[in-house]
Amino acid sequence: MRRREHVTAESGGAGVRDTPAGPPPSLEVRGLGYAYPDGHRALSGVHLTVARGERVALLGPNGAGKTTLVLHLNGILGGGEGGVRVAGLPVDREHIAEIRRRVGIVFQDPDDQLFMPTVAEDVAFGPANAGLRGDALQRRVAHALERVGMAAWADRPPHHLSFGQRRRVAVATVLAMEPEILVLDEPSANLDPAARRELAEILRSLELTVLMVTHDLPYALELCPRSVILSGGTIAADGPTAGLLADPELLRAHRLELPFGFDPSAVPPA
Amino acid sequence: MPPAPAPAPGPPPAPRTGPADGSAGSPADAVASAGPGAGGAARSAGGRGVAERLLVRRETVVHRLPAHCKLVALLGFVLLVVATPREAMWAFGGHALLLAAVAVAARVPPGLLLRRMLVEVPFVAFALLLPLLAEGPRIGVLGLSLSEPGLWSAWNILAKATLGVTASVLLAATTDVRQLLLGLERLRLPPLLVQIAAFMIRYLDVVTGELRRMRIARESRGFTARGPRHWGVLARTAGALFIRCYERGERVHLAMLSRGYRGSMPVPHRAPAGAAAWARALALPGAALVLCLLALATR
Repeated sequence: MRRREHVTAESGGAGVRDTPAGPPPSLEVRGLGYAYPDGHRALSGVHLTVARGERVALLGPNGAGKTTLVLHLNGILGGGEGGVRVAGLPVDREHIAEIRRRVGIVFQDPDDQLFMPTVAEDVAFGPANAGLRGDALQRRVAHALERVGMAAWADRPPHHLSFGQRRRVAVATVLAMEPEILVLDEPSANLDPAARRELAEILRSLELTVLMVTHDLPYALELCPRSVILSGGTIAADGPTAGLLADPELLRAHRLELPFGFDPSAVPPA
Repeated sequence: MPPAPAPAPGPPPAPRTGPADGSAGSPADAVASAGPGAGGAARSAGGRGVAERLLVRRETVVHRLPAHCKLVALLGFVLLVVATPREAMWAFGGHALLLAAVAVAARVPPGLLLRRMLVEVPFVAFALLLPLLAEGPRIGVLGLSLSEPGLWSAWNILAKATLGVTASVLLAATTDVRQLLLGLERLRLPPLLVQIAAFMIRYLDVVTGELRRMRIARESRGFTARGPRHWGVLARTAGALFIRCYERGERVHLAMLSRGYRGSMPVPHRAPAGAAAWARALALPGAALVLCLLALATR
């Protein structure tokens, strides 16, 4: 099953590009390879296609290359083999500004993401860099904050917010750029159960293409119909989340574990 | 070759709108209506950050003045205090009265002002040694033989430093840190310096929080700093903190690049300060100028 789906995912990517009708896939990673300057090989031959509106979980143990892959999506890293396209646009020097607008990355620690003195200024940072000014900028900021339920906190400094609120503001900072794809790095990390549920509700309401990097398998099952497992720098499996999580051997082979007592078959799929 | 990626369930081009989403209403609204308690506001209840604690919240004329006017007034005042000859002791009394008037107008409690002025102590401690160490003719005071030029130097340093510190404390107590930064920007301080200051203020709490957790972790394992023998541990803590800050800096830079940062921060909209604001702010250095000129004339 793993092998078959891997192959279809690969050829599927090419298939979508050849089809004249319909929008190009939000994300298309083809044969991506990368080695760090110290020689450590982080990615090799990664193929991944994410269609418009799809929510995909990227699962994998620590050191599997998840962060390296994410940093390729908006061109922070690059120069290895293969390539990445975002909604048809190749990730390269020439298109870097537009690519960074299209790919909204929410980093794991909101304190890294929220660096401006107030919430509103932070949300305005991205669109202002893209050239938006005045009323249009204000409207964009207000709308993004409304979408995550943080409009009432616009003038507060980020360090006055709770962790869950900061995570939501971090999501708003990239929503304000009207991205093609939202990339979340461990979105449920350090959240209490209520904040975790609130974030899940917000993510489900967004109607955006989402790539969610996580160890949190129940969260992946809750939000993403499809998952891919990145292990040792390559895609090891690609398929419906419920199917992957129901395969204990597959999970064990890639150091993934379900929480104690969690039964994926008892949960309605996302 | 299949036309769409096989593992994708449902038609890929259609945005995902499950029936649950449509009927549940906007979760964002639900979260917003839950008020500040939602999402565990333990941190927001913890009070203001380190930098904001300096501000004494009041609604006064001094508080309302634009920050860049106040900055110019402070700079002018300090320069004039420094220019006042040290022999004119009465002029320094006049400068002090001016600051007292500002403090009254800003309704800053005198006790708080005096306590904050203590930051000056380590910097002027050496001034107190001058009368003992300096050369020149000596006079006897309470059985001590003190140098006369030394006494004058000590008075000069103490008086001018105290006035400068008091004026700065007043500025900090009446001006929001954020506004101060915007004020510096408007005064054409190099943007890079303003950015560095802004980041420092933003991350001051994050870093002090990290330092606090490291201290708790140290003490939980039975460590208390009692003497020079323990300085090694403290030095290693400082080193670890530096590395953590450096790594955080890298991550923040990455996050900035990801949102299109290309070397300059977006400039917020700013309304110009009126002539009335400037007139009010410059009243302080104006009065100090009169005192300074009088002192120079009567020398």
